[in-house]
Amino acid sequence: MSFFTELGRFAIFMRYVLKRPQKWPVFWKITFREMHNIGIESLLVVMLIATFTGAVTTIQTANQLLTPSDLFPTQLIPKFVVGAVVSTSAILELAPTVTCLVLAGKIGANIASEIGNKKISEQIDAYEVMGINSASFVALPKIVAGLIMIPSLIIVANFLLLYGGILATKFTSALTLDDLVEGARMVFHAEYVKIMLIKGFIFAFLITSLSSFQGYYTEGGALEVGEAGTKAVTKICIAILFFDLVIAQIFLGL
Amino acid sequence: MIEVEGLYKSFNDKHVLNDINLKFEPGKPNLVIGSSGSGKSVLLKCLVGLLQPDTGNIRYDNRLLGTMDYKERQILRREIGMLFQNNALFDSLTVEENIEFPLKMFSDLKASDRIARVNECLAKVNLVNCNSKYPSEISGGMKKRVGIARAIALPIKYLFCDEPNSGLDPLTSRVIDDLLVQITEDLGITTVINSHDMKTVADIGHKIIFIYQGKVGWVGSNDHLERGYDENPALSAFFKASF
Repeated sequence: MSFFTELGRFAIFMRYVLKRPQKWPVFWKITFREMHNIGIESLLVVMLIATFTGAVTTIQTANQLLTPSDLFPTQLIPKFVVGAVVSTSAILELAPTVTCLVLAGKIGANIASEIGNKKISEQIDAYEVMGINSASFVALPKIVAGLIMIPSLIIVANFLLLYGGILATKFTSALTLDDLVEGARMVFHAEYVKIMLIKGFIFAFLITSLSSFQGYYTEGGALEVGEAGTKAVTKICIAILFFDLVIAQIFLGL
Repeated sequence: MIEVEGLYKSFNDKHVLNDINLKFEPGKPNLVIGSSGSGKSVLLKCLVGLLQPDTGNIRYDNRLLGTMDYKERQILRREIGMLFQNNALFDSLTVEENIEFPLKMFSDLKASDRIARVNECLAKVNLVNCNSKYPSEISGGMKKRVGIARAIALPIKYLFCDEPNSGLDPLTSRVIDDLLVQITEDLGITTVINSHDMKTVADIGHKIIFIYQGKVGWVGSNDHLERGYDENPALSAFFKASF
């Protein structure tokens, strides 16, 4: 299937998804359950990945910038530069992009498989025959829950990336906590947080909508449900990386 | 009454339904029979609007399905109940929640009234003490009954059943058949049943529609089946192969 055919199907799918819910109490009940599935169930893995990535990034950046070499003698690069590099990377790239790539694997595959399973077991048809807008019923609560919870997870990840960096200063003699904090403060712009959140909302939409779309059009059996999960993750990752580039160029491109 | 006029449906180059013209009688079970791949399920899906026919008209009490927009279809579908071949019960919901679901979506009943209605529907299909069980915890026959109970939870006018006896033992099949006849008569609804179980056909086929190679091969009742075998060799072969 060509890219444009797929894009057209996605647009038609979203036209049905973005409709007013037929029963608000039922919608909110499902949305709260999805917020738990997407947010709370992913919290531990996001916390672990963010803390370790923050620590590793700090150690590796310190190693690269502060190790003496012929080209860059150590004394030319102040230690606080490490803090500046790590904190900026954390806010602009590691917190939104890496977190969402991880969530694409966890949440994206889960949503595509869940909806795909509903499709092959005729549960989607059952919604339709009852007079329910099935696309909206299965996908909209997930999208709304994702738009609330994924940016929240990104904010948590951002703090823990910096905390990981702070932890790393305990294990290396090359850098102190004061160096790290000084560098982070020196380069901080509120604009960076805005960019991080814009990325968060866009990536959250991509994760939940693309995986719902992939699951909704599943046909066949158990094998195809598995394939839907894999395809969803691949498409989400490509879309995240593409939009990451677009956003970086729009907001930070020179 | 449901009327079908000049219905055609094809998938790529394969013509599945060719010029189907039918009338389904209200208040009685209408059986659509035919071998696997004859087009019965496609006909049923066209009738409920899950598939779009290539050409032809489907009328529900003079309301033309083809010209309805999505919202009008949704309103019509609230008058439709459907029992799916694989039951299509919502696996994350209990039996009670499955039957309560259409009531929650489309009625203004209070929670206590909804539960009373759920129990009423469960009693109608002779199921007791399974409200809190999940679909994975009940037998195939019980799943069919829950499917029927969910289909009749709202005041429907039309009931569609796709292979209601598939995967059931002969005794449970008879129970489900009797239940469908009883519900059809009690509620005065138009029931369309897809089946290739000739025992069902002989027992409850007040109106039988034999689909053969995508066309209406024969129409009659179980009282006239013998004559049908003489008139239509394909029906005769289908019947003989069933026993």
